[in-house]
Amino acid sequence: METKQKIIYERKDQSGAEIDGALHTALSGAAGGVDEGMKNEMEMTFDAVSENEAFARMAVAAFVMPLDPTVEELSDIKTSVSEAVTNCIIHGYDEEYRQISQADGVGRIHMRCVTQGDVLCLEIRDEGKGITDISQAMEPMFTTKPQEERSGMGFSFMEAFMDRLEVASRPGCGTVVMMEKKLGVLRWEDEE
Amino acid sequence: MEENFKVIENYLMVRMPEEVDHHKSGYISKTADDYIMKEGVGNIVFDFEDTRFMDSSGIGIIIGRYKKISYFGGRVFAINTDARIRKTLMICGLHKVIEIME
Repeated sequence: METKQKIIYERKDQSGAEIDGALHTALSGAAGGVDEGMKNEMEMTFDAVSENEAFARMAVAAFVMPLDPTVEELSDIKTSVSEAVTNCIIHGYDEEYRQISQADGVGRIHMRCVTQGDVLCLEIRDEGKGITDISQAMEPMFTTKPQEERSGMGFSFMEAFMDRLEVASRPGCGTVVMMEKKLGVLRWEDEE
Repeated sequence: MEENFKVIENYLMVRMPEEVDHHKSGYISKTADDYIMKEGVGNIVFDFEDTRFMDSSGIGIIIGRYKKISYFGGRVFAINTDARIRKTLMICGLHKVIEIME
């Protein structure tokens, strides 16, 4: 995982490219080198309503099935997707954003999944209000919505359950969360 | 969904759904609070027997109820938790304030 992470950062520095493209760059970089197995990609866009949280995590779970993940890995992925999508719905497209932008109807969430060999890359993006202070938002227990009983553990969960997490955001434009997980690492040790 | 809430003596039993996420959490929190106010129960038990998935919204439900109940000296229990749910609860340090049982 070390090397992959390095590739992403290097590429970003060299090209100065938008962080949105980092995932793609990393994957094409990997594909150009050693053969890392089959590549598969899936993209979807759906309404930012809470009914779709279950749909989103099921869709990703179904997509990674050919990689033969363990029950534990599948739970890790589903939880992380659920956290990211929930964030888009309750924070990205919140009441405040709707008032400022005067957007009618609900916002949309874009999700992109790429599997390369046994590595899953996930990109979940909204065009909502964005995050002003990303490092504060990623602190455990920090939440801007304590009145709604949010635990403030969303990003912490994504960090705990995935191998890599990257967040990019611009206030007023939206937020993109990128996650990566290598499957089949703890196949025997982790099984209970 | 009302049948998932039951008052036994001084305990409110909440049978958690198969999937606990943000979509379901609002209803669970609100209904549990209604019971706490209406029935004046002292303790609350979350039963995870049917639960196969839980994200941080479930943590929000438990912490929210814990704050209300513990104010009056009540206790919070999580029962029938599988390994996954225990792990999720422990990442947040909830095992220090509530009773977690298998």
